[in-house]
Amino acid sequence: MQIAVGSGKGGTGKTTISTSLALSAGTDVQYLDCDVEEPNGHIFLKPKLTHRETVVVTVPRLDESRCTACGKCRDICAFNAIAQFGKTVMIFPEMCHSCLGCFRVCEEDALIEDTREIGILESGMAGDIHFVHGRVRIGEAMGVPLLKAVKHKAEQDRLTIIDAPPGTSCPFVESVNDADYVILVTEPTPFGLHDLKLAATVLKNFKIPSGVIINRSDLGDDRVQRYCDSENIPVLLEIPFQRAIAEGYARGINLVDTVPELRTVFSDLLTRIAFEVAQ
Amino acid sequence: MEQTIKEVLILSGKGGTGKTSIVGSFAHLAENKILVDCDVDASDLHLLLAPKPTETHDFKSGVKARVEADKCSGCGMCAELCQFESITMGETAVISPLNCEGCGVCAHFCPEEAIVLQENHCGSWYIADTAYGPLVHAQLFAGEENSGKLVSHIKNQARQLAETTNTGLILIDGAPGVGCPVIASLSNVDLAVVITEPTLSGKHDLDRILDLTEHFKIPALVCINKWDLHSEMSDSIEKSCNDRGANVLGKIPFDRQVITCQIQGVPVTADDTSLAGYSIKAIWKKLKEHL
Ligand code: SF4
Ligand code: SF4
Repeated sequence: MQIAVGSGKGGTGKTTISTSLALSAGTDVQYLDCDVEEPNGHIFLKPKLTHRETVVVTVPRLDESRCTACGKCRDICAFNAIAQFGKTVMIFPEMCHSCLGCFRVCEEDALIEDTREIGILESGMAGDIHFVHGRVRIGEAMGVPLLKAVKHKAEQDRLTIIDAPPGTSCPFVESVNDADYVILVTEPTPFGLHDLKLAATVLKNFKIPSGVIINRSDLGDDRVQRYCDSENIPVLLEIPFQRAIAEGYARGINLVDTVPELRTVFSDLLTRIAFEVAQ
Repeated sequence: MEQTIKEVLILSGKGGTGKTSIVGSFAHLAENKILVDCDVDASDLHLLLAPKPTETHDFKSGVKARVEADKCSGCGMCAELCQFESITMGETAVISPLNCEGCGVCAHFCPEEAIVLQENHCGSWYIADTAYGPLVHAQLFAGEENSGKLVSHIKNQARQLAETTNTGLILIDGAPGVGCPVIASLSNVDLAVVITEPTLSGKHDLDRILDLTEHFKIPALVCINKWDLHSEMSDSIEKSCNDRGANVLGKIPFDRQVITCQIQGVPVTADDTSLAGYSIKAIWKKLKEHL
């Protein structure tokens, strides 16, 4: 079973919740941090990272001795990664989406498959938790291939918790589209409500079952609750603001270590979700 | 005489650091400026500024492939070529628009010419009036690629607007993260202000964002929000910022009033009872000295 934890926007406690779920599972569980731009899960789970690989994408390199400057590769490239000035062909690997179109149209074998490093993938164990995350290289604009590499590590028959990237654009969708259930973490503020609505609409379109956790539930008003009621989205849990939680978080101490009673609450929640998914 | 236009970008490594409340306050405090919201994915600034659009435009970027089923013979060529796992084969080919990156390779090689490429309408952008001056903002449709193109586009629009209206300051609410949209929001910027929180993950995100501003050689200053939630961490962030030449402009205490203001839809600096509001005023005063 795959459970993704998203939030519409960062900072609502998505990592807190996803790491708490992993820590409360009580069995062999996998935690995948799909927020490859800003992975934070490792701060709370403190895994021993034993495996590290570089993730690369395929990009073309020009063999000038073979190139006849026919312009075919430039014409097929939809991303302006290939430019031609007179008889000179230039390649900008950082713009390349690795569609391989240029390789297929070049009749002179003048393009050589080269690679561009987009980031690293690290994995290891944090207690019983199989931990995987990716870190995109600084200045690298395309995170999605790395996110996919992290997701490919998902093991079919293990309970997998996916810490999804913030927002509702492509990386979020990519992280949740195979999930059996999505938990949306929000705050009871106008900002929280607005971001929740965007994310909930996406999930509704994909017909992925979802529920909401309201974090810092007493710092705000009841509009989130009312929205969930009107949309028939179950509110799974409300966690009131506690200075101790905020201070613990600041120190990299997980929620379930600051408030141990929550462990059972989270493991019950996993049971409830498993039941709903099985229906 | 032509006036130089200063662009100030407010960033945070990650959402939830209180950036929008702070930007809303800067919008309240700054005179004569144009506001831009570069968070085109999940923007919240408009909730504080209550913009009234004066112009609404479609944003189109790239293409998406579509199969004309009556022409498709089901040979499977396109599915084999597609690198983005966006084509599945049934009787005919079926393209998932969500995965399609619009490379056009399938259309190029389809022996039946059964694939058409259609311009992709991926969002909308607006110029709006607010109580604090004009705002340029946008909304990307859900699931679209946040490639930074829409961000670059609205930034260019803001710049044009600044030129025609002779406005010297562009105040930009940056996109979250360190990916393409942030890189796009950094271009042309004179000064970046990074909002962070005194937490381990806040420190981690701050370091990444400062690596990025350094990479693009943009001077950066830092504000620590909710500093009193962990004062030792706050001190350590301050020190490490100073060490790397990104000075701390100021610190803002944790203040429940910030959320009350959010619910009422007013900037914290407009609330005379808010401690956070006073700190933001002091920060703004210092920030102006850097312009
Ligand atoms: S692989 Fe595709 S995107 Fe990359 S350079 Fe070739 S045609 Fe352009
Ligand atoms: S290549 Fe053309 S004919 Fe063949 S499956 Fe794809 S769309 Fe259909």
